[in-house]
Parts: sequence; structure tokens; C-alpha cells
Amino acid sequence: MAERSFASEVQDLKLGAGDVFRGEGILAITKALLQSGVSYVGGYQGSPISHLMDVLADAKDVLDDLGVHFESSASEAAAAAMLSASVMYPVRGAVTWKSTAGTNVAADALSNLSSGGVKGGALIILGEDYGEGSSIMQERSHAFAMKSQMWLLDPRPNLECMVKAVEDGFELSEASNTPVMMQVRVRGCHVHGQFVAKDNKRPTFTLKDALENPKRDLGRIVLPPAAYTHENEKLENRWPAAVAFIKAQKLNEHFGPDVGEIGLIIQGGLYNNVMRALQFLGLADVYGETTVPIYVMNVTYPMVDDEVVAFCLGKTAVIMIEEGQPEYIEHTLHTLLRRRDINTKVSGKDLLPQGGEYTAPVLVKGLAAFIETHAPLLLGNRPPVPSAAMVLADPAIKALAAVVPARPAGFCIGCPERPIFAAMKLVEEELGIHHVSADIGCHLFSILPPFNIGATTMGYGLGPASASAFNVPAKKRPISIMGDGGFWHNGLATSVGNAVFNKHDGVIMVVDNFYSAATGGQDILSSRADNPGRLTNNSIVAAVKGIGATWVRQIDRTYDVARMRDTLRDALSSKDKGPKIIVASSECMLNKQRRIRPLIAKAIKDGKRMVREKFGVDEDVCTGDHACIRLSGCPSLSVKETSDPLRDDPVAAIDQTCVGCGNCGEVAEAAVLCPSFYRADIISNPTRVDRLLARVRGAVIGHLQRRRAARRTVFAAEMSS
Amino acid sequence: MTLVDLARPVRLSTDRPLCVAILAMGGQGGGVLSDWIVAMAEAEGWAAQSTSVPGVAQRTGATIYYIEMLPEKAGRRPIFALMPTPGDVDVVLAAEFMEAGRSMMRGLVTPDRTVLIASTHRAFAVQEKEKPGNGIADPNAVFAAAGIAAKRIIGFDMQALAEQNGTVISATLFGALAGAAVLPFRRDAYENAIRVGGKGAEPSLRGFAAGFSGVTQKPLDDIPAPPPKVAPAPVATGYAALDALLDRIARELPPEAQDLARAGVERLVDYQDVAYANEYLDRLAPFLALDRQCGGDTKSFALTVQAAKYLAVGMSYDDVIRVADLKTRASRFDRVHREVGAKGDQIVIMTEFMHPRMEEVLGSLPRRLGQALEARPRLVKALDRVVNRGRRVRTATIFWFLGLYIVSGLKAFRRGTLRHEREMAHVAHWLDVVTATAPRDYDLAVEALACRRLVKGYSDTHARGLSKFDRVLAEVGFLTGRADSAAWLRRLKEAALADEKGAALDGALATMRSAYV
Repeated sequence: MAERSFASEVQDLKLGAGDVFRGEGILAITKALLQSGVSYVGGYQGSPISHLMDVLADAKDVLDDLGVHFESSASEAAAAAMLSASVMYPVRGAVTWKSTAGTNVAADALSNLSSGGVKGGALIILGEDYGEGSSIMQERSHAFAMKSQMWLLDPRPNLECMVKAVEDGFELSEASNTPVMMQVRVRGCHVHGQFVAKDNKRPTFTLKDALENPKRDLGRIVLPPAAYTHENEKLENRWPAAVAFIKAQKLNEHFGPDVGEIGLIIQGGLYNNVMRALQFLGLADVYGETTVPIYVMNVTYPMVDDEVVAFCLGKTAVIMIEEGQPEYIEHTLHTLLRRRDINTKVSGKDLLPQGGEYTAPVLVKGLAAFIETHAPLLLGNRPPVPSAAMVLADPAIKALAAVVPARPAGFCIGCPERPIFAAMKLVEEELGIHHVSADIGCHLFSILPPFNIGATTMGYGLGPASASAFNVPAKKRPISIMGDGGFWHNGLATSVGNAVFNKHDGVIMVVDNFYSAATGGQDILSSRADNPGRLTNNSIVAAVKGIGATWVRQIDRTYDVARMRDTLRDALSSKDKGPKIIVASSECMLNKQRRIRPLIAKAIKDGKRMVREKFGVDEDVCTGDHACIRLSGCPSLSVKETSDPLRDDPVAAIDQTCVGCGNCGEVAEAAVLCPSFYRADIISNPTRVDRLLARVRGAVIGHLQRRRAARRTVFAAEMSS
Repeated sequence: MTLVDLARPVRLSTDRPLCVAILAMGGQGGGVLSDWIVAMAEAEGWAAQSTSVPGVAQRTGATIYYIEMLPEKAGRRPIFALMPTPGDVDVVLAAEFMEAGRSMMRGLVTPDRTVLIASTHRAFAVQEKEKPGNGIADPNAVFAAAGIAAKRIIGFDMQALAEQNGTVISATLFGALAGAAVLPFRRDAYENAIRVGGKGAEPSLRGFAAGFSGVTQKPLDDIPAPPPKVAPAPVATGYAALDALLDRIARELPPEAQDLARAGVERLVDYQDVAYANEYLDRLAPFLALDRQCGGDTKSFALTVQAAKYLAVGMSYDDVIRVADLKTRASRFDRVHREVGAKGDQIVIMTEFMHPRMEEVLGSLPRRLGQALEARPRLVKALDRVVNRGRRVRTATIFWFLGLYIVSGLKAFRRGTLRHEREMAHVAHWLDVVTATAPRDYDLAVEALACRRLVKGYSDTHARGLSKFDRVLAEVGFLTGRADSAAWLRRLKEAALADEKGAALDGALATMRSAYV
């Protein structure tokens, strides 16, 4: 069950020829797969391509109708390996993941796949998570294309072009017997636009046909001497075939005049920003008209030498606009022109920044410098370029830097991972600071305030593996953290198996929230929900015991901070050797709320007795130290200023968004903070027993309260409230 | 693909799209708002495009949604950028006031072009909330910046409006956008976009209407300020004992100190009794005399004013009796019902999270008994094992209520408890320091009074606060008579409030020493 329902998006997948598809880029790509007659789709969820997986997971009827097999792969490696179905059989397959993180995981399978080559079209859709808002290391997928000789598409970021690239990609793959990668940037995935749909296509040759008529060819298997043959095939057959196809099908595009003093060579994905920059410089308009020649590489690897040479000939200078580093395409361009002895000057990273996103302002600066040098007359009357420089130089605006707080992503309201880290902080106070190896997932937010826990992160499911060197006698044990997503992705063997085998003496905390939560709440092996299409409810504890772990503790309610703390303390001080594994389980609150809210609302409406829990702070008991916030960071636990003239500091306050998880009360109790927190159980549709009890209690308590009030000297009514 | 005929001069259009940036946090409905704007523009025959990086916003982080729109021209669809360019944004919608500040820091708001539509409410960031003192950022800085950066500002509390109408802020922001009339669309075009969106349309339309009329009624509201500090008014209460207290304040204290003295008296009567409040005024009297001696009349009686405030705070230390008293009041039961929004026949049962330790028990015992026990650490430790654990106190049940009720009844014996003796000794030492300092360094003495702010919290937190207080107060002797002494003590106090462990205080102390070398 993903974070949200994709039922309406699934309807878009059913659009036929001539219908207009309106929606997100990544969903257009999903639709394009079905229009291309794909036989199977796999992948691993992650921003920015999660929605492709989510929509297909919800689209069982559409896929069944078309005979398409869809799989939520266990990892990117599993997804890449899935493409081997296209090695011997003429079936089209597509897989997707977040890159470069996922491509790293998939690299083994991709190398083998591209060495032997494919018969059916194999397309890898890469969500290139680069630039602002990215959650991973800043690298380029381009390197993978080059090292394995897979072709790389980088289409212009509008829905029509992305859809066309999917269709072209399959054909290119088949024409050149090579897997094709298609990179889509974050904003390209989430861009809202439209295209005219085609009918979905059933595959002509099915997986069933393949299974029932198996084929093998020793020449496709990566083992000498075939491995050497593959290299020759790549260089002598597949590469030239690809170049011929790209040329013939005109996959790369020209814009602007066909001659000129200067020219721009750009990656397709940068087209919109380049056009905006040219517009600011007075060299283009918003409808795509431009006065400078542009060669758009919708295929960024391989380079089509003849097209590039033809573009450069007769020009004084060209500028290569290539985002990210190193500048692989620019290097290739230099080599090409040198070899052909063409003296067109080449600019690129000399004028543009080495790294970072190429936004319009960045491009304006680089292009202005380029044109200023080589064709200044083009700049004409130099219209003013939009700029905020004047405003940004104003002291009042500069002063904001000291005022506006950073607002990084963090744990959601009621997140069950928060009490785990609160418990870790409490143990830290008792036993001192420990080395903590973190992992990938929501739990990585522990590295930020208020928890500040976690020293390194080495990859998905690699948290415990990254603590493996620390297996030496010492006064403190290393702690490592891993989510359930990472556990099933890679962690069971690479982290837990490794620790068991090597008798690692550290503590492994498995954060189990029943979903692959960080990527959008997809089901995984240990999800507790029943999923008709998947086998869930597989225990993490049974799995680790199955590979030999002995010290294993299951905590089925992470909000029990005292128990979390005690268990962690035990793990850190236990005399037992080998990994101490704590599986801390509670359902992701974001998903839980989506799941139970409608159920509760309905139950209340139907007159059933329901108890809703909400937390609050007695502001006259709170002293405004905010220790509770430093052990929590819950968005619904905030501060408010009071009107009491004797108080200087704001007091803690819980707002209406509280979901009643109980963490703040548990923390206040476990950490011996203060008695300000209260939980209110609100009983809707109380039974007769509830009502009777409430009446009796109300009578006794009310009597005592009135008695006390009568003896109290008070100034005024507002005093007590 | 366009191959331009060389003979034909290229005619570039000067059209530019309308550019809208939305700055929002996760859960505020920024994506919905952006979808509405696009749907509206498309329904009106415009081409529109939106982009975002939702991965960041989904987990409470701040993010930007960006929209461009322009009609097609002669069948040619405009090419839209994927990110806002500083200096080229027509409308910035900020779903929180510091996010408005962030939009200006990013250069998205410029005076030649940008209409800034911002909700003036605050959602505090972790770094503001986690400070032991007051870490709340100053909204006036954002307000001042907006006056310089924006072409026009529309700002009011759109969050409150949304809550009043049972919807989220995206609806009121959308209404404010319509009310601002910066986009060339009629009001019903906006409302249609909400209706087409379907689910939850009714509350969204209500929120929209509220946002719309917000702009027409008061486009720029005042920034929501912290509630003003309210001291009780000097009006007769009808109780002779209380009126006598008010009368004493009016007669004995200078006008500057009377507000705080009334607040102090009110708190102490509530905390203990009338006699205790009279004792407070008795202890205040020598400060006024000292103040007069030191020429306090030319300094607005700062010493007396601060003493009136912090002596009341010091005398109303937080103990178990106080907590039990506050938790069992009828007014508190009513407030909880209100705060959790219980209605109709719903029943509310409160549970308190308490963790008493042996220290609290000892403190509540008569002084001698407490001291006698304390002298036997092994016994205390054994008892602590019984006492020291988290207790879920269900105040709304008769058993637990009675327990708290009895504890709150110990008030009658409070002045004989061990805790009271300790607290009063600590207060006495603090006041001695102040009294000794005032004649030599008046401003420093005033600051020394304000150091009481550092003492707060319960158990460990209280101990930590107390130790910071002691460390800061210990510097008074060193600082007395030196240049900027009061400013330095204030800086030390602020540093002590900046973080939990006191790292900032260590730094400030080191800096202070080096400043006086």
C-alpha cells in the first residue's frame, strides 16, 4: 500500500489514440511504456520515479489486460537482472530506479547485460536525482553509459519528448542489440504537462511464448572467449548500428538558423532552461524561435560524430552545455574535433560552473561570456537581464540570513522512529556517546537536530556493514542502524549475514515501520498488511535468526521509550558475543493515519464506541525549558508565548495536528523531564457503563474540587484558567 | 524542428509567461495549490506547467513549487522553465511567514515585479523550538524586508482562516491569490478549479472565499505578535485580605513596580496563601529602600521592578504540591476538554505522565525528617527503587484524583518542608549577592536579579538550570565595577539559555575573561 491511492492516475493509463493525457512527466513515461508494447516492468521505488512503480502497482487490471508482468523488485540489482529476459527473446522490458544510487546497486547486472547484448528492447529509466532537493551523492549516470557502452537518452523535458524517447529507446535498443538508459531529471519527472496518447499495445511475443520455447546461446554468456567477442561486437557492430539509427531517425534535433558564427550543443534535458536563458539575452523567444543555432542531444551517449562535425564546421566557436561533472561529452567533443583537425573553438566548463544545476541565471552568465567573446554583435541592444542583485544587496534582505531558520526534512508527526532515537539519546547520557553507523531511509533524519545521532551513511542496507571494521575489543560497542527497507534490499546478507559470520560484537538496530516509508510507503516483505499481489508478513526476526543471529530482541511498540532504552542498554552491555540485534517495530504514522482515519470516522458515524488519544501540555506546569522538544522534534510539539508577566520564555504546546502517538509523554516519563504532559482519551459514542462511570467520577471529583475551591482565596476568575 | 530561412529575418516575440512560485512545507497542500493553478489556467485556455521537488517537502521540509503560464500562440506551445529565475517572478505565495523570508533570501521577490502573498502565521522550526530559552525568530525582520523587496504585499493569517473553515492553508492562499487579482482570471475560474478537484471541495471553497475577502478587507494585517503580558488590574476584589495586599502595593511601591508586584502577589496567593504574599511584600521593601539609596528613582526603579518579578518567581518554585494542585483543579479539567476539542457526549479521561523520585519525596517531608533520611543514603537508595518509576496517573479516576488531591493538600505544611528550606536558602543567597552589589554596580545587580530566569524545569533539568544559574551568578563578584559588567552578565545569561549542555556558556565565559585581560 503506497502513501496515496493512484486510482485516478491508473485511469490515465487506459487512454486511447487521440486522447489528451494531462499529468506528471513520470506518469507520461509510464503510459509510454504501455504504448510501446512492453512485456515486463520492474524497478525499485525512490524519488523521483516512485510514482511509476506506485501507479503500476495499482494498475493490475490494466496490466493483466495487456499481458504485462509487473514486479516490485527487491533491489535495483534485481530489477537490472530482470532485463535478462530480453537477452534471448524478442520481448521488451523496462526497469526504473533512482540514479546514481540505484545504478550503483544495479551495476553488476548492467555490465553483464550490456556485454552480451539484448535481442528485445531493454530500457532503463533513471530518475537522475541531481541538484536542488536531491537526497543522494551528486554524480552522473553518464559514466555508467560510457563504461558499459549502454546508450543514454536525455530527452527535452516536456511530456511529448519524454514519451517519444521511450518509444525511440526501445527501437534503438533493438536496432543495436544494446540496453538503453533514459535519464529524467527530478523536475522533469514532476513536470505537469500534456501529450496526445496512443493506444496501448499488447506485446506480440509474450513471456509465456518464451518460457514454453526456451532458447540458449553460449555466445551471449559472459565467459571467455565470448566476453572478448562481446567487446568486439560492441565496437564493430552495436555502436555503429546505434549511430546509424540515431541519425536515420533524427533523434537529435536542430533549432535556430542552420548557419551562424557560433552554436550551442546541449543535453536535451537542459533545453528549457537554455531557451529561457537565451530569451533573457534577447536571442530567443518563449515560443522556441531563436537566432543562434542549437544542436540538441536527446541522445547524449554515444555522440553522433558526423552530426557534431557538421554542426561545428564553419562556426568560429561552439559551447558545450553539459550539466554535472566530469564533463564527459565536452571531452569527447574536443577529441573529435582534434582528430578531424577542425579548429572551431570549444567552450563549456571554462565558462560554466563545474558542478551544480544549470539554472537559467547560471546559463545566462555563461552564455553571455561566450557570446561576448565570439559574437558580441549578436547581443544587440542588450536588454536588461532579470536580476535580484539590487534587492539581495540591501541590508534588510541580508539581515534575513540571521533570522530565517533552516527547515530540513524531519520525522513526521507521531513518527514511530522518534522514540527510538529519544531512547538512544537517553542511553547516550548514561553510557556516553557511541559510534553510530547510519543507513538510508527516514531514520537518517536522526543525524539532524534535535537528535544529532549518526556518523556515516554508506548505502542502502549497509549501515551495519559500515560498522564492520569496529570489531575490536573496546570499552564501547558500535551501534548501527538500518531500516526495514534497507534490510530487505541488501541488509540481510550484506549487513546481518556479514556481522554473524564475522562474529561482529556491535549492536544492530533494525527500524521496522512496516513499509518502505521513505520512498512513499510501498509494501515490502515484512509489511504487516495483506497485499493480494504480494507475499507479506515475513518476519525480520525469523530472517535474522535464520542466518544465525542469536541475540535478537523484538520490540513491538517503539513508543515504549523506557523499554527501548533498557533494551539498547542491555545490548550495549551484554556479555554475549556476536551481533546484538534489536528489531524495533511500529507502523509508519503517515501510512497508519491514511489507513485508519477513514475507518475511525466511519465507526464514529456508525455509533460505535471509539477512543481517540490526544496529548497536551499544562502550560502552568511547563517551565519553558524545552527539554521535551530536544528529545522529540515532533512538528506538533511546539512552543507558545504566554501572557504571564512573570514568565520570560515560551512554554511547550501541542497543536491540533497531534495524532496521539504518546511519544512526548513517554519521553517525559522515561527521561524524568516534567509532569506537564497529559494524555486525553476522548471516548466517542460512550457506552452506558462509560457514562455511568463518568457520572460517578464527576460527582466525587466535582465535590472535592468545589470543596477545595471554597477554601481557596483567589483573585479573579481568570486566575485559574 | 525549425530551420529558419536565411532570407527571412527572425522576429522574436517579446511575450513572457506569468511566473508563480509557492513556498510551502510538507503537509500544507502546496501540491494541491499548484494543481489548482495549473487546472485553472488550462481551463481558461492557457498553457501551463508546474514543477516541484516533492520528495523534500513530504517530510516536513520546506520546498518550492513553480508554475509558468502563457496562452499558445498560432498553435505554438510556449517553452516553460523548470525553476524560478530571481528577478523574474510575478507572484510568490508563502504558506508561512519565515518561508516568505526564505523567498526573499532567494531573490524571488523583486520590487519591479513581485506580488508577495504570505500567511503571517508561524510554524516554528526545530532550531527555534529546541532552545532552553526563547529561540523564536523575529518576524519583524521579514516584514521589514518585504517592504523593500516586494512590489505589493498581501499578508494575513491564512492558517487561522483555513482552520476556521475546516480546510488547509492551500485553499485560503488560493483565495488570496484570486483576491489579489494579479492573474488575468475571474473569480469563478478559481472556484471551478476547486470544484473539478472534487474531494473536499466544500471546505476548500469556504477557505477560498475567506482568503479572497481577506484581501479585499485588510490586505496587510499586523504580524501576529506574542500575547501582551497582562498584570492583574488594581481593582478591589471584595476580599478584605486581598484588597489589603493591593493596598500595600499601591502605598509601598513606586508605580513602575506595581504591575509586577500585583502579578507576584496573585501568583503567591494562588501558590500558597495570603500570608505568603505578605511575606513577599515584606521582603521586597528593603529592595526599594536600597534602590532609593542607589539613586534608583533616576533609573525607573529597575532594581525594585526586577526584584518584584523574580522574587515572586523564586518564591513560587515548582514542587510536587504545586503540580498536584494545578492538575486537580476544575478549571484545568475544563481547559483540557476545550484544548482537545471534546464535544457533545464525548467523555474525556486524562492521564498524567509522572516520574517521581526519592528526591521529591524527601523534599516534601518535614525538614528534620527529610534531613534524617538523607543522612542514610543506602536507605534512600532502597526506597528510591520503590518510588522511582514512571507513573501513569489517571487524574479523572477517583483513586488517582484522591491521591493528587491529598498531595495538593500538603500545601498547609509546605513551609515546613525540606525543599522549602533549601529553596529559601538559595533565594536568600541570591538576594544577598544582589544587595551587596547594588551600591557598587547598580546595573549589574539588576541583571543578577534577572538570572533567576535560568532556574526552571523539574528533576535533572532543574538541576542543570540551577547549576547554570550558580555559574553565572558566581561571576557577579568578578564583574562588579568593571566596564560593561551588566552587559556581560546579560550575555552570559543568554548564552546559558542557548543550549542544553552549557557549551555556549563555556564559550561566553572564556570570551569574557579574555575581554578583561
